[in-house]
Amino acid sequence: MPLTRRNFIMRSASSGAAALCAVTAPSASAEVREEKTMPPKALGLLFDATLCIGCKSCVTACREANHTHPEFSTEDHLWDTPLDLSADTLTVIKAYSQGEGVNKDQEENGYEFIKKSCLHCVDPSCVSVCPVTAMTKDPDTGVVSYNPNNCIGCRYCVAACPFGVPRFEYKEAVPRLRKCELCKERRAVGEIPACAEVCPTGATLFGTVKELSAEAARRHQLTPGERTVFPRKTLEANDVHEKPAPHYVKETYGSTQVGGTQVQLLSGVPFDKLGYPDLPEKSFVSTSESIQHTIYKGMIAPAVLFGCFLLRTRRSAKHDENDDDDQQGGK
Amino acid sequence: MSDDGFASIEARLGLSRRTFLQFCAGMAATMGLPKSAEAAIANAIMAKRRPPVIWLHFAECTGCTESLLVSEHPTIDKLILEIISLDYHETLFAGAGHQADAARKASMEANKGKYVLVVEGAIPAKDNGIYCKVGGKTAVEILHECAKDAAAVIALGSCASWGGMPATGPNPTGCVGVSDLWHQLVVNIPGCPPNPYNFLSTVVHYITYGNLPALDKEGRPKFAYSRLVHENCERRPHFDAGRFAQEFGDSGHRSGWCLYKLGCKGPETYANCPSILFGDAGSGSWPVGTGHPCIGCTQKGIGFEKPIHALANIQFVTPPASYPRIVEQQGNGVTIASAAVVAGVAGLAIGASAAMASNLGKGSKPEDPADGEE
Repeated sequence: MPLTRRNFIMRSASSGAAALCAVTAPSASAEVREEKTMPPKALGLLFDATLCIGCKSCVTACREANHTHPEFSTEDHLWDTPLDLSADTLTVIKAYSQGEGVNKDQEENGYEFIKKSCLHCVDPSCVSVCPVTAMTKDPDTGVVSYNPNNCIGCRYCVAACPFGVPRFEYKEAVPRLRKCELCKERRAVGEIPACAEVCPTGATLFGTVKELSAEAARRHQLTPGERTVFPRKTLEANDVHEKPAPHYVKETYGSTQVGGTQVQLLSGVPFDKLGYPDLPEKSFVSTSESIQHTIYKGMIAPAVLFGCFLLRTRRSAKHDENDDDDQQGGK
Repeated sequence: MSDDGFASIEARLGLSRRTFLQFCAGMAATMGLPKSAEAAIANAIMAKRRPPVIWLHFAECTGCTESLLVSEHPTIDKLILEIISLDYHETLFAGAGHQADAARKASMEANKGKYVLVVEGAIPAKDNGIYCKVGGKTAVEILHECAKDAAAVIALGSCASWGGMPATGPNPTGCVGVSDLWHQLVVNIPGCPPNPYNFLSTVVHYITYGNLPALDKEGRPKFAYSRLVHENCERRPHFDAGRFAQEFGDSGHRSGWCLYKLGCKGPETYANCPSILFGDAGSGSWPVGTGHPCIGCTQKGIGFEKPIHALANIQFVTPPASYPRIVEQQGNGVTIASAAVVAGVAGLAIGASAAMASNLGKGSKPEDPADGEE
């Protein structure tokens, strides 16, 4: 088709309309998705790595509570040796070691134990990306739970989680997602999560996020070496032990990261060394959902875009007819 | 408890009040009973009611009796003869022959439905039981005769429990345990030899409460056989840390390391050996403590069946004393074979699609000229 004056003007008009809907529509109707806030009765854990002695009773108790199977990574299959979280390992204790690895809670020539499990984000990515309602966040307790009956197995949650928590049962014929649900079944009968129940030093503490944050703040205020009391199981369990305060890094992991998490951590070694990455304060979900909701608000932008496509297609079709007419005329 | 009661105990058993109460406390502790049980046990023993016991020996080595005789807290030989009325016991009997047999029958007649039957040894059942006869009767006949009117039947030792050593293949005499022939409740106290305190505690429980202690599915008293040897083993930390004796007498063996690789059956054997030990001789006085792997004598299908140095199957897998690093490389990467397979499949796919593409439109070519002519 030769570029005539008429064609040029028409093409300019249609591409202009498409550009208009792409650029002006979002800015005209921008929908900002606010970050979610901590539910008032949010439940969580406080893990204090300086108290952890690496006994792994939490790993064993978690297996019993969630009926998961041992994992073997040594040749002789003698011990339960998970290397990371998996569909069978909902919590795992990992070890940081540097240099001689002799000083507990120190970055240089030191070592530290760290617990990995679901952090129960305030604004969870796994819930946002779930195309069905398999991943849900309890409006009261804020616990992120999974319902296998709704799951379609798309594994978006696996890809979306910034902490790599949800794991898929690749080896099962009817697979589920597995992640910590803060011992849903135990809480239903008035018990606390198994890992907090069995922890001998109170390194894993269960309670409301409000109480636990206050406890974390109290520990940050302590002078290293000062004798202080550490609770076990829960803050109210009246099961305490006394110990000199350690030297903490000046951060409670999970207090700000990706909009906050309900499982928070304290440590003597910087968190990026312990497999807990530096993450922005704004939740990924608020950004991605803002974009998504803006584009699809009232379905205006898609309608305009498709309108443009329709127009363009009709015009092309017309041209073809014209071309045919031209050919026939030529014969 | 009256002073008269203690005085009579002193006269009857030749025990001081203090020693007697220590014995009662020891029995209560072995069975895991509460503190209050001591008084109940003391009262039961002080009562003149002494349950008669008929003790049978079949295919065995008398090790169970020996084990009982050397138990000594406190002077158990005296107590076993005084607390219970031992009316028939072939090793300890003063009488012999028809005289002894008559005593057994007299006691069974007089105490019909009240006596305790203790069986030591397996029972040869092949060829109508002709391989073991006492007083002209086969072991099978004697067992049925005595068990018929017994208040409780206790199979003492691994042999009586499920055949034990005499039943080891090829088992020419067809030895079996008591429960294979007597299909009513049988309390099994396995062990080679069994710990005398597990037996005594069972008897004392029966005297005190008039019933038998809780049993597991193998008929063993739960107070003694509910935990794996592995769970209470003094060498357990070495297992968790992966420190194993590789052969008898090596430096690991001499350092007291775990005996798992020498065939220890502790991880699949239920018994309280590491908790109550043997012979009242202090710590370490049990097989693993002396450096020999557990042979699993209290576990059906393990002791006398599984080779002594074969590895045990772990019942409860627990974490070791080592940790994954913060970042762990998982998976084995690409092997040459798998890479070759993938490359082969990819090559086939590329070749096939190239062939298909080159053939596209070939079929319709002859028609083109026709279209043009039209």
